[in-house]
Amino acid sequence: MTGSTAPSRLPARRPILPPALLNPGVLAGLAVLLVVGLAAVAAPYLWTGDPILLRPRLRLKPPFELAWLGTDAFGRDVWSRVVYGARVSLAIGFAVATASVLIGLVIGLVAGYLRRLDAVVMRIMDGIMAIPSILLAIAMVTLSGAGIGTVIVAIAIPEIPRVARLVRSVVLSVRSEPYVEAAIGAGTRLPMLLVRHVLPNTIAPLIVQGTYVCASAILTEAILSFLGAGIPTEIPSWGNIMAEGRQAFQIAPWVILFPGLCVAATVLAVNIIGDGLRDALDPRTARRLGALR
Amino acid sequence: MGRFILGRLAATLPVMGVVAVIVFLLLRLAPGDPAAILAGDAASPEQIAEIRARLGLDQPILAQFLSWIGRLAQGDLGSSIISNQPVAKLILDRIEPTLALATTTILFAVLVAVPLGVLAAWWHGTWVDRMVMAISVLGFSVPVFVLGYLLIFGFAMQLRVLPVQGYVSITEGLWPFLSRLILPTLTLSVIYIALIARTTRSSVLEVLGEDYIRTARAKGIGETQVLWRHALRNAAVPVISVIGLGIALLISGVVVTESVFNLPGLGRLTVDSVLARDYPVIQGVILLFSALYVLVNLAIDLTYLLFDPRIRY
Repeated sequence: MTGSTAPSRLPARRPILPPALLNPGVLAGLAVLLVVGLAAVAAPYLWTGDPILLRPRLRLKPPFELAWLGTDAFGRDVWSRVVYGARVSLAIGFAVATASVLIGLVIGLVAGYLRRLDAVVMRIMDGIMAIPSILLAIAMVTLSGAGIGTVIVAIAIPEIPRVARLVRSVVLSVRSEPYVEAAIGAGTRLPMLLVRHVLPNTIAPLIVQGTYVCASAILTEAILSFLGAGIPTEIPSWGNIMAEGRQAFQIAPWVILFPGLCVAATVLAVNIIGDGLRDALDPRTARRLGALR
Repeated sequence: MGRFILGRLAATLPVMGVVAVIVFLLLRLAPGDPAAILAGDAASPEQIAEIRARLGLDQPILAQFLSWIGRLAQGDLGSSIISNQPVAKLILDRIEPTLALATTTILFAVLVAVPLGVLAAWWHGTWVDRMVMAISVLGFSVPVFVLGYLLIFGFAMQLRVLPVQGYVSITEGLWPFLSRLILPTLTLSVIYIALIARTTRSSVLEVLGEDYIRTARAKGIGETQVLWRHALRNAAVPVISVIGLGIALLISGVVVTESVFNLPGLGRLTVDSVLARDYPVIQGVILLFSALYVLVNLAIDLTYLLFDPRIRY
C-alpha cells in the first residue's frame, strides 16, 4: 500500500514491527496491559490503603460513597484490593506462561527428535490432556496446600502438553528439511543441531502460544481462587476478592463486578495481542493449535 | 472398519492408564503425609491412623496401586471418607443436573455458533465478520462465573424474570425445569460458542478458497447451493472435532457454573469433595470426566466417516 504513492528505487526497509501488530485492537490491548502492569508496580502510590485492613463498621459500602469501588463484607477497600490483586494475576500469568513454555519446549524437542522416547512421552502428554485442567489443578492445590507457588505449578502442568505437542509438530516438520539434513551430513552434534537449526523455528509459534497460556492462566487463577482452591485468602487476588464477594452478591454486587471486569479486560488484552502476534508471525501450526487452546 | 473401531478403542487404553496413574500419584506425591492431608488440620492421631488404614496408605505403593486398579476394574470406585457412601452411588445421584446442563449447552452452543461462524466466513472482512470475531475473543476472556453473576444480576435480580439459583427435576414440570437451566446454559455456552464459531469461520474460509468451489461457481451453481452442497459439508470435520475437544472446556465450565447457580450436579460434588478433601470422591470424579472426554473424542473420530467419505480407515 505504501509503495503505490511513490515509485521506490530501493527495496523497502523491513519495518521493525510487522504491520499486523499495529492494528488498533493490538494497540488497545498493549495499552490495557501497560495500565494494569503500571498499576501493579505502583500499587502503594495509587491512592490505595491497606488492602487487608478490616473495618467492620464500614462493611459493604457502595462505590463512590466512602471508597471509589466500595467496601467488601469485611469493610476492606475494594479499590486497594483490586490494585494489589493485579500483582498476583500478572505474576501468575507470566510465571505460568514462562514455565509451561520452557518445560513444554524441552519435552517437545526430546519427543520430536529422540524417536524412541516419542511414543512414551506423548502418551503421558495425552493422559494429562485427558484430565480436565481445572479438576487437575484444584486437586493439586488442595493436596499440596494453597500458596502462590502451588497455584503456578497446578496451572502450568495441564498447559505443558499443549506446548510440547506444538514444539513436537514443528520439529517433525523441520527435521526433514534439506538444511537440517545438510547440517547432519556436516557432522553437527545433536545439541548444536537442536539449538541452531530446530529451536529458531519454534520461537514464533511459542511466543503466540505463550500469550494464550498467559491469558488462560489469569482466568484459571481467578476460577481456582473463586472455588476456594487457589491463592490463600490473606493475599488479595482478583479471584479471591470475587470468592469473598459471593455471599453478599445480592446486596453488594460491586465486590464481584469490579475485579471481574479487571480479569476480563486483562485477559481480553492478552488474547487480542496473541491474535495479533499470530497473524503477524503467521505460523500455520500455531493458528491450528491456537484455536484449540 | 470394525478393525479400525477396535484399534481406536484399544488406543484409548494407554491414555486411560496414564490418567489412572496420575490420579493415583496425585495424593501419594503430595508433600507430607497423605493421611494427615486428608484428615485435615484438626485431626487426632487416631483419625489419621484410621484414614491411613482405610485407604491402605500403610502398604507398599505398588501393592496399593495394583489393588486399587483391581477394584476399579470391577467397577468399585471406593467409598467417601466423609459420608461412607460408595463413590459410584454419589456420582449417580448427582448426574442428572449435569447431564441436563451439558445437553442444553451443547445444543444451544452448536445452534448459535455454527451459523455465526458460517456468516462470518461468508461475509469475510465485513462488519459481520469483525463482530463475530469480537464476540468470540470476548467469550474467551470473561471468566465463566463473572458472566454467571452478571446474568443473575440482570435477569434474576433486576428484571426478576428467571429464578436466581437451584435445580428442579424435569419430572416436576417442563417450565420449572427449563427456567432454572436458562441462565446456567447461557453462562456455560459462551466460551463454547466462542470456540466453535472461531473454528467454523476458519474452516469454511479455508474451504471457500478451494479449487472445487471455484469450479462449482464456474458451472453456474447458485451461491446458496455452493455454500450448502460444497462448502459446509467439506468444512464439517474440523468443526466436529473442535466440538469434541471443547468437551474439556465444558467440563471445567460445569464445575464453576454449578457452583454459581447452586445446581446439585457433578461439578458441585467435585468442589464439595475437594474442599472436604474427600479423596476417593475426587479420584472417582476425575476418572469419570477423563474417561468421558476420551470416549467422546473417540466417538467423534468415528463420525468423520459419516461426514467425509474421503476419510477411509
